[in-house]
Amino acid sequence: MSALLASVSDQGFLSSSPIRTALAIGAAVAIVSGALGVFTVIRGQSFAGEALGDIGTTGGSAAYLLGVGPLWGFVAVSMLAAAAMELLGVQRARGRDLATGIVLGGGLGLAALFLYLDSTYHNAAGASVTILFGAIFSISSSTVPVVVALGLAVLAILVTIHRPLLLSSVAPEIASARGIPIRAVGAAYLLALALSVSLCAITIGAILSTALLIGPAAAALRLTTRPLRAIACAAGLGIAAVWGGVWLAYESYYWPPDQQGWPVSFFVVVLVFVIYLASGLPRIWSARAERRAARSVALSGGEA
Amino acid sequence: MFSGFMVNAWIVASLVAVIAGLVGFFTVLRGSAFAAHAVPNGSFAGAAGAVLIGANTLLGLGVFSLLSVLGIGWLGRRGRHDVVTALMLVLMLALGSLFLSLSSQYAPAVYSLLFGEVLGISSNELAPTIALAIACAVILAVIYRPLMLSSVLAEVAEARGISASAMELGFLALLALATTMTVPVVGTLLIFSLMIGAPAAARSFTDRPGRALLLSVAIALLTVWAAIAASYSTDYPVGFFVGSISAASYLLGRAWGAFSQRSRSTPDSSAREYAATAA
Amino acid sequence: MSEPGAPSSPRHEEVLSLDGVGVRFGARQVLDDVSFRLAAGELTGLIGSNGAGKTTLLRVILGLQRPSAGRVLVDGRPLARRERRIGYVPQKFLLDPDVPMRARDLVALGLDAQRFGVSRPSKTKRELVQRMLEATGASGFADSRVGRLSGGEQQRVLIAHALISRPRLLLLDEPLANLDLRSAQETVGLLARIVREQQVAVLISAHEMNPLLPVMDRIVYLAAGRAASGRAEEVVSSEVLSRLYGQHVDVLNVHGRVLVVAGAGEEADHVSANGVHPPVEIVS
Repeated sequence: MSALLASVSDQGFLSSSPIRTALAIGAAVAIVSGALGVFTVIRGQSFAGEALGDIGTTGGSAAYLLGVGPLWGFVAVSMLAAAAMELLGVQRARGRDLATGIVLGGGLGLAALFLYLDSTYHNAAGASVTILFGAIFSISSSTVPVVVALGLAVLAILVTIHRPLLLSSVAPEIASARGIPIRAVGAAYLLALALSVSLCAITIGAILSTALLIGPAAAALRLTTRPLRAIACAAGLGIAAVWGGVWLAYESYYWPPDQQGWPVSFFVVVLVFVIYLASGLPRIWSARAERRAARSVALSGGEA
Repeated sequence: MFSGFMVNAWIVASLVAVIAGLVGFFTVLRGSAFAAHAVPNGSFAGAAGAVLIGANTLLGLGVFSLLSVLGIGWLGRRGRHDVVTALMLVLMLALGSLFLSLSSQYAPAVYSLLFGEVLGISSNELAPTIALAIACAVILAVIYRPLMLSSVLAEVAEARGISASAMELGFLALLALATTMTVPVVGTLLIFSLMIGAPAAARSFTDRPGRALLLSVAIALLTVWAAIAASYSTDYPVGFFVGSISAASYLLGRAWGAFSQRSRSTPDSSAREYAATAA
Repeated sequence: MSEPGAPSSPRHEEVLSLDGVGVRFGARQVLDDVSFRLAAGELTGLIGSNGAGKTTLLRVILGLQRPSAGRVLVDGRPLARRERRIGYVPQKFLLDPDVPMRARDLVALGLDAQRFGVSRPSKTKRELVQRMLEATGASGFADSRVGRLSGGEQQRVLIAHALISRPRLLLLDEPLANLDLRSAQETVGLLARIVREQQVAVLISAHEMNPLLPVMDRIVYLAAGRAASGRAEEVVSSEVLSRLYGQHVDVLNVHGRVLVVAGAGEEADHVSANGVHPPVEIVS
């Protein structure tokens, strides 16, 4: 523990500008995706989030061709895809059904083309890695206000629709009986999802983004059933995963094999996975405690 | 286009297309789209590991494909919608990215493993690819009939003595073999397009199982051939053409299916039943 | 508790015999000392409410469930692992409308699906398939995709699929459950015809016996895991069923339809849980 504190307070870690940017962006994204992730898990729309992440690859790789930052590519294409999903009623699909998978494949083929053009004509040879697996240390600090603004937009949408959204997710017939415009609420949610996935994509990469969206939220929902508490918990767990990942990546610069550092996104995904597994422990412990209590009651009662 | 190293590319790609069409047919029949997504993710990590330690990519693909299908078989139908499963799939991708980042070929290897690289098939990979294709074809030929019934009506097949779990195991083995040989050509992100797109399109054009199987293979072959030819002339990546042609043929099939159903003057079911009993 | 009845006619050979079959899941005795015989050319109804043990009994006959007691013989021989002497039509099956398989192809699979390898098409096979489709009234939609047929049509195809391999016994699990009245009557008529023409033994499970009364040669009545079997007139009587249920029930015959009614009192709840009607108040 003291070694941890020592390295954090170490001049190198916090004084480095890319690290500070990464921590700031990571925290903002973790809060936003934690909140949205809780709704996503409750609505059972993890697949929609995954699909939007994958299609974001196409957008991000196109962005290089247009000379804009990948974030705009993610945002533009995922919002278009969310609109298409809403119109076609695709978001209600429970899993990787054939049509969505094949159309996504077309999009990924396009991404392959864009990435090829990026590296051949625009000298962006590392574009593949940045788009797919993220490069949080390469984000310029001028992106931070954009991320914060988009994050606030998502939170604003959530604050506005959170009650009808919850009701229509949990009991759609009751919601529509009360006059809630389910379709409009669902569409607003998809929009927020697209923005949130885009933010996750610049943090840990488009095809890994689902981990940050679903993992902390699912873990939080295993620890508490109250939505607001789950959101706070998910945000906290997400921040832990992202900051932990940033710190581990920083430390890994001294690790083998050739002291170049391990990818941040790898650490974040591993931490999310560990956090999710750990969130199952309290239930196991309390079940075990209950069994022990029941056994002692039976033992003492059976002696009558 | 047909000289020298390109000959290898044509041969390998054709074998890949045939196997992808055959195994993909049963993947679609069994509704195993999840497996077609999960196994390539696992194999990506294996291939990346092979790149890192300098082993043969096919070996890494093979070992991790096998581990992935065993994992799927052990999970059963229950685990398919689990959060743990979803996180594990992403973990495989992240693991692969770690392995590649530690090797000296990060960006190019990422690209070729995810999107394919047909023009780089070396001649010492021709023999193992042929072996994998033959193994796949033999297994499929042997279990063809029971697999067909078990995939469509598992309970009825079970009552005939066809064990559903044995068929599932056989199918997963086929999937592992097919994934291993297909990933180097089309990449893990696009394998779904080829393996699922061709059979899904084929089923729109014919009612009969044997013909649908042959049509899957034919569509897969045409897709891959067109992709290689186009890639050779434009220098654009093969994966781009595979993805677009698969999507196009699938949408074409759906359009054709919708059109032919509307234009065919089929009496509705109850009218048919009435006619049958009145006779 | 059973009454193994003799086959209704001496010339009908015995196809299936159960002797003292019992199935136990942990502490629960699902089937208890079930014995009966099925003969070729006879249609038998396996009647019992949901939870009475019908599905378990069918699974025992199919060899999918090992009995904890008793024995099952088909044609005098024990069940084989790859049992081809019994055809089976399950209650629930889901056929994707897009599956590229015509009714004709599914019936053809009935000939040799359990054999390894690829089948060689032949004129003989084609004719056999066509004859079976006609015998089950399915020839009108033989070339449509199985997944696009109605429930009743799919059932006919599955019956043809089961019959084409010439089984000695055909089992149908609740074939009438999801059909409308007309389709149910057609199915019953079809099965009676098949029994006569193909000389198979047919066992139909149902929770409602009235649709089958006109065509049933024998009945196996299942209540709380115990069975009474024999001709319908003998079995469906107040004394036999009262003994089976362990308390008093009345059997009413109302215009040719049978109603099994529980007696009054606390026992009534227990018995009505087994598919018997609660006490009826006659109002004028």
